[in-house]
Amino acid sequence: MANRINIKKGLQIPLLGAAEEVIRGTVKSEFVRICPEDFHGITPKLAVRVDDAVKAGTPLFYEKNHPEMFFASPVSGIVTAIDRGEKRRILRIVVKADHAGQYEDFGVKQVASLSGEEVKKSILDAGIWFLIKQRPYDVVASPVKVPRDIFVTGFDTAPLAPSTDFLLNDREADLQTGLDALAKLTTGKVYLSVSTKTTLKGLREAKNVVITEFNGPHPAGNVGVQINHIKPVNRGETVWTLNAPDVAIIGRLFNKGITDLTRTVALTGSEVKETGYYNMVIGTELKHIFAQNVTEGVSLRYISGNPLTGRKIDENGELRAYDSQVTVIPEGDDIHEAFGWASFSPKRYSAGATYLSFHKKFRLDARLMGGPRAIIVSNEYDKVFPMDIYPEQLIKAIIAFNIDRMEQLGIYEVAPEDFALCEFVDTSKLELQRIVRVGLDLLRKEME
Amino acid sequence: MKALRKYLDKIKPNFEEGGKLHWLHSTFDAIETFLFVPNNTSRSGVHIHDARDSKRTMTIVIVALIPALLMGMYSVGLHHYMALGLEASIVTKFIYGFLAVLPHIVVSYVVGLGIEFAIAQVRKEEVAEGFLVTGILIPMIVPVDTPLWMIAVATAFAVIFAKEVFGGTGYNIFNVALITRAFLFFSYPSKMSGDQVWVRTADTFGMGKGTVIDAYSGATPLGQLATTGAGSFGEFTFLGITGEPLRISDMFFGFIPGSIGEVSTFAILLGAVLLIATGVGSWKTILSVFLGGAVAVVLVNLFAQNAIMEMPMQYHFLLGGFAFGAVFMATDPVTSARTEKGKWIYGFLIGLLAITIRVFNPGYPEGMMLAILFMNAFAPLIDFYVIDGNIKRRMKRAAVAKKGQQ
Repeated sequence: MANRINIKKGLQIPLLGAAEEVIRGTVKSEFVRICPEDFHGITPKLAVRVDDAVKAGTPLFYEKNHPEMFFASPVSGIVTAIDRGEKRRILRIVVKADHAGQYEDFGVKQVASLSGEEVKKSILDAGIWFLIKQRPYDVVASPVKVPRDIFVTGFDTAPLAPSTDFLLNDREADLQTGLDALAKLTTGKVYLSVSTKTTLKGLREAKNVVITEFNGPHPAGNVGVQINHIKPVNRGETVWTLNAPDVAIIGRLFNKGITDLTRTVALTGSEVKETGYYNMVIGTELKHIFAQNVTEGVSLRYISGNPLTGRKIDENGELRAYDSQVTVIPEGDDIHEAFGWASFSPKRYSAGATYLSFHKKFRLDARLMGGPRAIIVSNEYDKVFPMDIYPEQLIKAIIAFNIDRMEQLGIYEVAPEDFALCEFVDTSKLELQRIVRVGLDLLRKEME
Repeated sequence: MKALRKYLDKIKPNFEEGGKLHWLHSTFDAIETFLFVPNNTSRSGVHIHDARDSKRTMTIVIVALIPALLMGMYSVGLHHYMALGLEASIVTKFIYGFLAVLPHIVVSYVVGLGIEFAIAQVRKEEVAEGFLVTGILIPMIVPVDTPLWMIAVATAFAVIFAKEVFGGTGYNIFNVALITRAFLFFSYPSKMSGDQVWVRTADTFGMGKGTVIDAYSGATPLGQLATTGAGSFGEFTFLGITGEPLRISDMFFGFIPGSIGEVSTFAILLGAVLLIATGVGSWKTILSVFLGGAVAVVLVNLFAQNAIMEMPMQYHFLLGGFAFGAVFMATDPVTSARTEKGKWIYGFLIGLLAITIRVFNPGYPEGMMLAILFMNAFAPLIDFYVIDGNIKRRMKRAAVAKKGQQ
C-alpha cells in the first residue's frame, strides 16, 4: 500500500468548462511552431536554416552551454521561417508539415540493458531532454548533474485540468518504460505521486518507483508540493521533475525508436462550446479547434495550459511545449462593472468569505478585479500554499533580492507555479509568479 | 450608469500622460475605480483573479464599524439630554449625536484623504484604501468634544509621519488611527482625559440648548474607579452621569460615557462577528487579546491591593477601549504580527499589557492604546522568531543531508 499524504491547504477553483472525456480526433495543422521561450533556462542556438528539410526528431536548435542537448522538430517538413524579436532573440521556428510522417530513426532499445549514460544520450539525441526539469530554479535539467532523486507527478489538480488517467490510457507500457529509463538516471529514487482518485493501473501499479498517494485540493498535484512533503530539496541538491504524460513520451522513444511528441490535449474553458480531448503534436496551430467552437461576440482569452499557469496565446496560437490543456475564457476587458466593492453579484467568485457564493461553478474572466497594492492582508497566501515555507516572507525576500534570506526561506524548493494560487487569491493583485521567476533567474545567474 | 461610463471615457484622456489634467491622474483613477471595477486584464501569471480586492476588504471593515458608530452616536445624544435634564425621543437623541459626530468624520476624511490623494499623485501610484478605515476610526476613538482643529492636526501628523514616510498603506509600523489618538493624548491631555470631555453639553447646530443639571458628573466608569477613595471594589459603585448606579447591561449596550466607538460592547461584538465570518479580521488575534486580558485580570485579582485591582473580569472587558481595541485595532493586518503563531503571541501580550497599564498606572486609566502601539513595535520581532523556527529546521535538514552524502 502506498504511503498516503493528506494536503489540507489549497483551493479548487470551481470553473465552468471541464473537458468531457472523449477523444474528438487528431489535429494536423499546416504549420507547426516551436517557441524556444517555452524551454526556460536555455539559450537556443539554431541547428537548421530556412528551407531545410527536417524529419520528426531532427534537431531544430540546441542549448548553447550544452551542445549535446537538442530540441527536436515534432513533425517532418520544411523550415519556412525563423521569427526573431528584440536582440535577435528567436521567437518561433516554423515548420511546414508535410504529414508524410517521416521520423528520425533512433532504434528500439531495451532500457534494462542500457547504462545511465546511454539512456541520457538517447534522450538528448532524440531532442526531448526538455521534458525533464530541475529544482532548484525550475529550468530544463542540466544533463551534467546527477540528480539526488527524480519526482514524477501522476495527476493534475489545476483548474479544469485534464485527467492524467485519461491522457495515459493505452500508453501504460510507454509510461513504465519511461519510468525505468528515469531510474537509470539517478543514484537516488524515482518517486511517483498519484491521487486518491487515480485508477489507472499503469500509475497505481507502476514498478521501479516509490509511489506516494496524495489527497487534497490544488496544488496537491504540483510536483513542488509533493517534493516538499516527500523529501524536500536542500541547498546544493538537485532533483529532477516531470509529469507522467511526459514520462510516457520518453518511454515511447525507447519502445518505438522515434521522437513522437504527440500529446493528448484537453480543450477546456467556459467559452468552449464542445469540450473534449484532441491528439496533436506540440506546436500545432489551434485555430482549427477554436473555429466555430467558442462563444461569439465577446472578447476572449486563449490560453495554452491552465488558467493559473498557462501562457496567453491568440486564436491563431499554437500548443506550447509543456501543455496538455488549452483553455478559453472571457477576456473581460469589455465589461464595466459598477461598484464592484459593494457587489452582491452571485457571478463573482472569491476564495474567502467577503462574497456570498451561491453558484456552484463560475465563469471567470481575465480581469484583475482590483488595482495593485502593497501586501496588506496577512495569512492569505498561507491558506493556499501547502508547503513548509512562509510564502509572504519569501516573496518579500525575493523582491529585496536578499540571497541569504531567500535561501533560508526555501527558494530552492519552489517554482513559479507553486505561487499561482497565492497570486489568484491575492487581494493586492501582485504578479507573484513573475516575481518568483525573476528571482529564480537572478539567483541562478549569481550561483552558477 | 452607462451615461456616467461614457462621460468618464470622454474625459479620461485629459488625465492621461500628456493631458492637461494629468496632475490629477491619481484622483481620477481613484474615482473611476470607485465607480467601476477596472477592466484591465492580467498580463502575466494567472489569468483569473479572485473577486476580493483592497476596496472590498476595507468596505467590510467599515461595515463592521457601523454598529459601533451608530450606538456611539446614540450614546452621545443620550448623555447630552441626561446632562441637561431634558426629555427627548430616541430619534432626537440619535440625531443630536449624529450631528455632533459628523463634523469629526468629515474633518478626519477631508484632511487624511487630501494628504493621501496628493501623495499618491506625487508618487504616481493608485490611491490606497487604507485611510477609508483609519478615517472613520479616528472620530470613534476620541472624546466627542475634541475640537475639530485638533483632529485635523493630529490626523495630518499621523498620516504623514506614521504612514506616508514609511511608504504608505501596507508599510506603516504603527496603527495610524492610534498614532492620531496618541498624538492628541500627549499634546492636549486636558481635552483627552478627565471628567469634562466625554459628554457633549453644548448645543449642536442649535439643537439641544440648555444648562447642565446640578447632579451632573461627566467621569467615565474607569475614571471614577481610578480616582475613587473606596478601599475595595465591594464598597465602590459605578455611577452614571446623573448619579444613578450603572447596571452591567448599561455597560454592555453602551449607555456609559466614553469615546464614541468604544462604549457599546454589544455593537463591537456585532462588528467582530462580521470580521470573523468574512475572514477579514483574525479571530486568533481577537481571541488571544481576550485571553491575555483574562490572564492579567486573574493575576491582579489574586494579589489585589485596592479597588481597581479587585475589579472582576467582566468589567475590564466591558469598560474602556478593551473590546474596541481587540476587535478593530489589534487586527489591523499591517501593524499586527503576520504569522499565525505570531498572532497568538501578539494578541496575548496586548491583552496582558492593556490590563497591566490600566491597573497599575494611575496616570492612564486606559491602557489599550499604549498596549497596542507597544506591541505594534514588537510585532516584527515576534514574526522574526516564528520564522526563525522554520529557517532553523531547514538549515538542520540541509546539514543532515550534507552529512549523509559524506
